[in-house]
Amino acid sequence: MPLRLEARPQYSRPMLYATPVLAVVLTIITGAILFSAIGYNGPGAMYEIFFKPILDSYRWQDLGVKAAPLIIIAIGLAAGFRANVWNIGAEGQYVFGALAGTGVALATYEMTGWWILPLMCIVGAIGGAAYAVIPAFLRTRLGVNEILTSLMLTYAAIQLLFYLMNGPWKDPEGFGFPQSRTFTDYQILPTVIDGTVVHLGVPLAFLIAIAAWIVLSRTLFGYQISVVGLAPAAARHGGFDANRTVWHCFLISGALAGLAGIFEASGAFNQMVPQFPTNYGFTAIIVAFLGRLHPIGIILAGLILAVSYVGGEGAQTSMGLPAAGAWIVQAMMLFYLLAVDILVRYRIKFKSQIAGGAA
Amino acid sequence: MSPEILIAIIMTVIGASTPILIAALGELVVEKSGVLNLGIEGMMLVGAIAAFAVTLTTGSHWLGVIAGIVAAMAASMIFAVLTLSLMSNQVATGLALTIFGIGLSSLIGEGYVGKTVPVFGSFFPAGLAEHPVLKLIFGHSPLVYVSVALTIAIAWFLKHSRAGLILRAVGESDHAAHSIGYPVIRVRYMAVAFGGALAGVAGAYFSLVLVPLWTEGLTAGRGWIALALVVFSSWKPWRLFLGAYLFGLVMTMELHFKAAGVTLVASEFLAALPYLATIAVLAIISWRGQEKVNAPACLGKPFRETT
Repeated sequence: MPLRLEARPQYSRPMLYATPVLAVVLTIITGAILFSAIGYNGPGAMYEIFFKPILDSYRWQDLGVKAAPLIIIAIGLAAGFRANVWNIGAEGQYVFGALAGTGVALATYEMTGWWILPLMCIVGAIGGAAYAVIPAFLRTRLGVNEILTSLMLTYAAIQLLFYLMNGPWKDPEGFGFPQSRTFTDYQILPTVIDGTVVHLGVPLAFLIAIAAWIVLSRTLFGYQISVVGLAPAAARHGGFDANRTVWHCFLISGALAGLAGIFEASGAFNQMVPQFPTNYGFTAIIVAFLGRLHPIGIILAGLILAVSYVGGEGAQTSMGLPAAGAWIVQAMMLFYLLAVDILVRYRIKFKSQIAGGAA
Repeated sequence: MSPEILIAIIMTVIGASTPILIAALGELVVEKSGVLNLGIEGMMLVGAIAAFAVTLTTGSHWLGVIAGIVAAMAASMIFAVLTLSLMSNQVATGLALTIFGIGLSSLIGEGYVGKTVPVFGSFFPAGLAEHPVLKLIFGHSPLVYVSVALTIAIAWFLKHSRAGLILRAVGESDHAAHSIGYPVIRVRYMAVAFGGALAGVAGAYFSLVLVPLWTEGLTAGRGWIALALVVFSSWKPWRLFLGAYLFGLVMTMELHFKAAGVTLVASEFLAALPYLATIAVLAIISWRGQEKVNAPACLGKPFRETT
């Protein structure tokens, strides 16, 4: 082996920032080759997916709308991932929170008042957190692996959605379509820029990220979750309760996923439909890692993933590339990030350089 | 309940159990070596589309199965290089593999949606395979017999073979295994490849036997149930075998209720039942404290060979 890895005494800061960019660049190159290999115009597809949405100012509003749920969910997940708490079921909490908020909307259907929308959002967040209680309880009380339980609950939440849409919550005036009533003016998140689809959830996503940055870097809680994740033994010694951290991480990530869910239902769909689950909860995992589990990084990563979504849709209409093309690109970004991560922790050296020292 | 219905139920349960059994057997070997690969769902889908496409073009089911094995193994090698050589986080890498597999199989399968292949059915003469009672023994796809043989072989391999002993040593104590000269990383590479191969067979079962028609994401989360099954089995092949059939029964409950014309509960609840049952089972197992006793000690931990 001509190359050798040498552990760095501490993580390389420049590499920490450079590797996500490198991952995106490698993805663009590989994507161009891969899509060419299966019969599409590879470079053209990569241009559509990664550059067109940025260059085309008309698509910027879509970027914001797509990035908002990804950022909100990823912020919550990142806190957990830092503490080695693996909530993989954000998609389920996203759906469940949205359903909880929709429940409020349907109950207040004939009412008016400014309080309806905030109540929907609060109940949505509580719903997401409540759904996250199940894996948190099972992990802390019985030691059940949270990866599997949170994931299984996602499938259950989607079935609950189907049940409600086909039965109790079906719009009585909806000509038999399995979907809820359309929300009223008091239940729809207002747009913040006239003439666009940018709803209030978009600026709130950025605010949530900034608030998370402050909490993580300036409070004892932020310190605690880092310590529990990096050195569980030291954390116990220092009096940090690992179980309590698990609870905090699940409640926060569940609440944020639920909030993202009701924002999406109210701001983007304006009702609840069976097509509501669009894998934002899973894509947010990629966002969290690509953003280095850091709130500011997550904003940037959320925007990049939003670009791939919007660009993927563009490529679908302009060149017939299936929607799956965008998923592959998203998975590749995570693969490459995980691969080049090694540059953060290790130096790559040629054998000859260290022959004298290591022999 | 009439005997015909009972036989029909048993046949359906065997059909539903076999792919999760095969995939979980592969994952059991992977986890015994100390590696946690969450990418089963993705590898199964890649295997399923490869098997389907090759069977459709060549007309040979066995060539299809081989294609499924090769494709899923190739996918597992992405995971192996990242986690074993580049020491990436196994949870994140496994998830990436699943997302990748879902995407790749949909993209490749785009042109195959709705197409069908002949079912990869029993190779016994029709007199046996379609006999009202004897079909319980002779009426299955060859892959069903393969799954039983695999259970026996893996149980023997882990318990009685020298290679199986090395595999377990690597999973229980990588540093000790390394210091007595076992190639930890190479053993893990082989285990991951084997897990990929079996995920490929499981995927082929989905697209050639269970639903011989291509639909996007046809494995519907069964890969995750296979993962839970490994925990349920406490990493023991025979318990895995029993567990697979138990899960098969739960997974097909929706069909049985429908066939019997019973509508006690909403069909959506029955569709969610396998997942809820899995959670319940995991809770019970952990409550009894077996999970911690039996899990390979190095499961999910990266290892770096220092010479």
